[in-house]
Amino acid sequence: MLSLKEKDRPIVRKLLDAGCCARCVLRFCCVGKYASYQNSCQDINKELLAFLSQADSGQSHDASGQDQADNPPCKKMKLESVRAGEEASAEPPALEAQPDAQPATCVTCLGVLQDFCHQSFVTQVCEVVKKGGYQFDSLLLAVSLPAQLSVREHSCWLHIKKELREKSMCVDKEDVVQVKDAFKWAIQALVGRELGASMLFNSAFEVSIGFTHAETDGDCHFLATACSDCFKPAKNKASVFTRMAVVKALEKISDEEFLRQYPCPPARPATKCTPLETTCLHSSVFIAGRYNKFSRELPQTPWVIDGERRMEGSVEELIAAPLLSSFRADAFNFSSSGREDVDVRTLGNGRPFAMELVNPHRVRHTKAEVRQLQETINASSDKIRVRDLQIVTREAMGRMKEGEEEKTKSYSALIWTKKAITKADLDVIGNIKELKIDQKTPLRVLHRRPLAVRQRTIHSMSASYLDTHHFTLLLRTQAGTYIKEFVHGDFGRTKPNLGGLMETEADILELDVESVDVDWPPAVPE
Amino acid sequence: MEETDEKAPSVIDRYYTRWYKTDMKGKSCEDHCVLQHSNRICVITLAETHPVLRKGSKIKSINYRISDGCSRLNNKVSGKSKRGGQFLTEFAPLCRITCTDNVEYTIFSCIRGRLLEVNEDIIMSPDLLLEKPSTEGYIAVILPKLEESKRVTNSLLTREQYEEVVSKRTTQQPQPC
Ligand SMILES: [Zn+2]
Repeated sequence: MLSLKEKDRPIVRKLLDAGCCARCVLRFCCVGKYASYQNSCQDINKELLAFLSQADSGQSHDASGQDQADNPPCKKMKLESVRAGEEASAEPPALEAQPDAQPATCVTCLGVLQDFCHQSFVTQVCEVVKKGGYQFDSLLLAVSLPAQLSVREHSCWLHIKKELREKSMCVDKEDVVQVKDAFKWAIQALVGRELGASMLFNSAFEVSIGFTHAETDGDCHFLATACSDCFKPAKNKASVFTRMAVVKALEKISDEEFLRQYPCPPARPATKCTPLETTCLHSSVFIAGRYNKFSRELPQTPWVIDGERRMEGSVEELIAAPLLSSFRADAFNFSSSGREDVDVRTLGNGRPFAMELVNPHRVRHTKAEVRQLQETINASSDKIRVRDLQIVTREAMGRMKEGEEEKTKSYSALIWTKKAITKADLDVIGNIKELKIDQKTPLRVLHRRPLAVRQRTIHSMSASYLDTHHFTLLLRTQAGTYIKEFVHGDFGRTKPNLGGLMETEADILELDVESVDVDWPPAVPE
Repeated sequence: MEETDEKAPSVIDRYYTRWYKTDMKGKSCEDHCVLQHSNRICVITLAETHPVLRKGSKIKSINYRISDGCSRLNNKVSGKSKRGGQFLTEFAPLCRITCTDNVEYTIFSCIRGRLLEVNEDIIMSPDLLLEKPSTEGYIAVILPKLEESKRVTNSLLTREQYEEVVSKRTTQQPQPC
């Protein structure tokens, strides 16, 4: 049953005569039933021809009679269309003579809704997906079509719009089923069956199918002169004739102008579309935790100067290696709540971090498996330790960066002073609270950051005496404070600085981060 | 209070290389020092042998306006790429220092690069320059071009070469300045 109504009859005839395929005819008749597109081309074609031949008897192909019930005022229209059908049937239908012949490539979909809806193409697509080795139980089909399909669609629409207007019918271009949707309706059940997965529009696993049609690439070109402002060259695009630009131009161009420049109905193509390589992409998985860094010779991220690596290994690589292999991801992006220098350790509860695993092939991990991964990371090196490892959402990751500036960080530093110190000197330091300091961008990072003066707050300090020239300084500061520069002054560019406060020259020999007060990610009970 | 010389290498020792230009523009003993950070940034300072530091007189004024049309105080840089900074060649003057004996000395860039900042603190407190010439009394910060960063110090002396020049001065003749 094709759920076609009497008013569709002249459109069906006109589209078939113009060289449209059976599924395109259904589209222009606004048939919204998925199942109608799942029959073979030949079967739909036969039904269409049967529907046309019924014109003589004046019977409706649609047994439901819904049309009348829904739209009582259409009765007159219906009668008119029946009469029109009778007139049309006086001519012998062009396609009826040889119903089983291999139909020519469709003028509108360029074959997308013909051979490519067949099981053999579906099998070809599914083979690629299976080879990808992904773990998934649902998938999303993404279809990309050549931009000129929109031009041909528009031409075809204008072709029957004339007809529709004569018959005083009211159908909008938006009511026409899109090629993309018809294609999905036709094949999705086959794909789902073959891959054992359900089709979900919001699935994290995306299978992309695409087509090109070199023969008709020139179809769009006239639009560039007719609507030049729609086609601006973009750096990352190979052609200005993107689908978006073409659709925009078609909205602007007047029917008269379009018809002057482009054949209506579209010219018949000699070839059908060529399928692009099917590609698969699983959306990223995000994993978070906290890390300790126990080494003063380990950078957080690979340290490269002039294209050469300065040190072996990095925190992010040590964490990423077991994750990449377990999730079978293609790449990772590491982010953290602030970062420490190579020679700074991060102790205490550690520093929150999150890692995006790009295109993971194996997503599902139980809590026990994640715990095992944490143990694998920790066993791989004694330079770092990870805790609270967990899978998180992309949105939750934002919590890590939220209000980073207002957060406090605690440090422990080994300080040297030029002058000999007494315990009384250290008491002075302990009494300083909420000290505002002005920091010019430190010279050590000035080559890659803008020059600016930033005000930061040292919330509190306490010192414990080691010997006449050394003491341990504990600091609680606003995030973003440069501790080393606060101690030695950075050529007087941080003011006030510890040396100045103690009226001597001070230097920092060792620095440890004791805590990063960000309450994300949540603790994972041991 | 005892002072100590025993200590781990200082901030300058750890991260900077010292380069010298002796007898700047043929003027006896007007030695400059360039501290180059491993990230290529250079801090221009007076060498400890510069007459301003050696002769014991006070500083009357420090002037970053090096001509009617050009003041280093107007230097502004913006963004990561430090747009807008004045580009200096090795003999570009940075400032003029006048001592209380009314002798004026010109301090030069010593290297090619973009001027990032000058030290405004020494204008108000010239004593900083006398007391801490290699740290808080610095003259200017210059960023050489990335592709020139290895070459900009080619015409300068290393610390050893500088010490050699200075020791020859003291053995050959009495200190001229
Ligand atoms: Zn078609």
